[in-house]
Amino acid sequence: MDFVSQLTLFVLAIFLGVELITKVPPTLHTPLMSGSNAISGITLVGALIAAGSDAGLLINVLGFIAVVLATINVIGGFMVTNRMLAMFKRK
Amino acid sequence: MQISDNWIDIAYLISAVLFILGIKGLTKPKTAVRGNLLAAAGMGVACVVTLLHRDIVTYEIIIAGVIVGGVIGAILAKKVQMTAMPQLVALLNGFGGGASFAVAAAEFFRGGHPDVVGIIATGAAVLIGAVTLTGSLVAFAKLQELIDGKPMGFPGMKVVNALLLIGSVVAIGYLVANPGTPTVFWALAIAAAVLGLLLVLPIGGADMPVVIALLNSYSGIAASAAGFVMGNSALIVTGSLVGASGLILTQIMCKAMNRSLTNVLFGVMAEAGEAMDQDEVYEGKIKSTSAEEVAMVLETAQRVVIVPGFGLAMAQAQHAVRDLADTMEANGTEVEYAIHPVAGRMPGHMNVLLAEAEVSYDKLKDMDAINPTFEQTDVAIVLGANDVTNPLAREDKGSPIYGMPILNVDKAKTVVVVKRSLSPGFAGLPNPLFAKDNTLMLFGDGKGAVVDITTALKEG
Repeated sequence: MDFVSQLTLFVLAIFLGVELITKVPPTLHTPLMSGSNAISGITLVGALIAAGSDAGLLINVLGFIAVVLATINVIGGFMVTNRMLAMFKRK
Repeated sequence: MQISDNWIDIAYLISAVLFILGIKGLTKPKTAVRGNLLAAAGMGVACVVTLLHRDIVTYEIIIAGVIVGGVIGAILAKKVQMTAMPQLVALLNGFGGGASFAVAAAEFFRGGHPDVVGIIATGAAVLIGAVTLTGSLVAFAKLQELIDGKPMGFPGMKVVNALLLIGSVVAIGYLVANPGTPTVFWALAIAAAVLGLLLVLPIGGADMPVVIALLNSYSGIAASAAGFVMGNSALIVTGSLVGASGLILTQIMCKAMNRSLTNVLFGVMAEAGEAMDQDEVYEGKIKSTSAEEVAMVLETAQRVVIVPGFGLAMAQAQHAVRDLADTMEANGTEVEYAIHPVAGRMPGHMNVLLAEAEVSYDKLKDMDAINPTFEQTDVAIVLGANDVTNPLAREDKGSPIYGMPILNVDKAKTVVVVKRSLSPGFAGLPNPLFAKDNTLMLFGDGKGAVVDITTALKEG
């Protein structure tokens, strides 16, 4: 993908993000943060490629570290968000 | 099995859409659980399809990493106390930054992207990733009280920070000209890591909501930069969504403290006006009360507003507060909660604590909704909150906190402040609220005091 299309995606996604997030009520700001933590664990995608490649030991080691950290984010983030959201009830 | 890049990109598009729908779900408590599941499904799609990428030849390391990370993540998510949520989010921010850093480093040493954009993106991912990692670890250590929560620094710290930042940018420039120089790469990584430490060390406890929100944003931007390095659309889109989210929360927090971001990051509290003498404000005007007396006032109250602050979290008093509210409601009293945006140690912290205690979320009112109602409120109970109720912010133009939006609890007919002592809050100012004619001070441990009031109310 060329740089200009990448930049286009980046800028449009920021605008979309701003529109979406301003609608999240303050009550849900903590789950929003832990949830966006989980989503930013998308780095896992890059980590998987580095960890599974045959580009040498250093790359695999860095990839392994990245997989561990990103998986903590993904699993920990989604699970704790789910746990919190389940508490929000109206009686 | 391998599939073509086009199919992989289409799958990434699907997961990006799922993330967007997921965040959209978070705009209402009713749809939030489903939103979170949609986002998780998006992550699943992205990961599964990546495993079919042609560059992946071995799976052993991947499986090992996923198991280690998955177990740690699951344990953290299951065990964490709701009061400790700010620490957990700080830690997860740091891990996100660390992962982006490691991915960019792997890409650098693979030498696959010698073009200028690739190198600049790598440099940015390394810089932001490392700052996020070490900065978040400091925030975690402060919140977990592993290190002192007070601002820490040394003379000339800002100069050192500026030099580190300039040095990092120069290093990135050097890498653009000479892509294959590992020493410069590591120098950049170390400078960025030190910068992260020095940026967060001087920030005090009550400013943590801003820092956590900002680091949240950084972790997203780092992921986005890693996406530029790898030419991966999923990372770019998702990273910028998270970056935008963190930025908005940062802005909300700054606004709620009436301070600019630069002021939070680099300044201490403004030192306008002469220091107020605490004795002068309080002398002879403080009315100390007892749990029984408070119970008598509550018994006849039509409407009560509870104002929780970080002290409530510290005392783990959220369940005791719910018991008190239940008792009052059984008595026919209307009870609501007033939540200041910076109450607690992260955005929305109080809401989660009260939700944990099974308080219905429609009773949690934000500042703009509750402020006009204080005049019709019989009793406001302030629990472990201080600066966010200080009328100086509204009345005294010379005060360092002048202009900060506050909860107008002093407009209530009676104010009950539950507090250990008259010690000042984070801003270091006396609070004239405590000396007002309609204020009663109930000195003691937050949880104990609330339990005593409830008991007295039940007996009365």
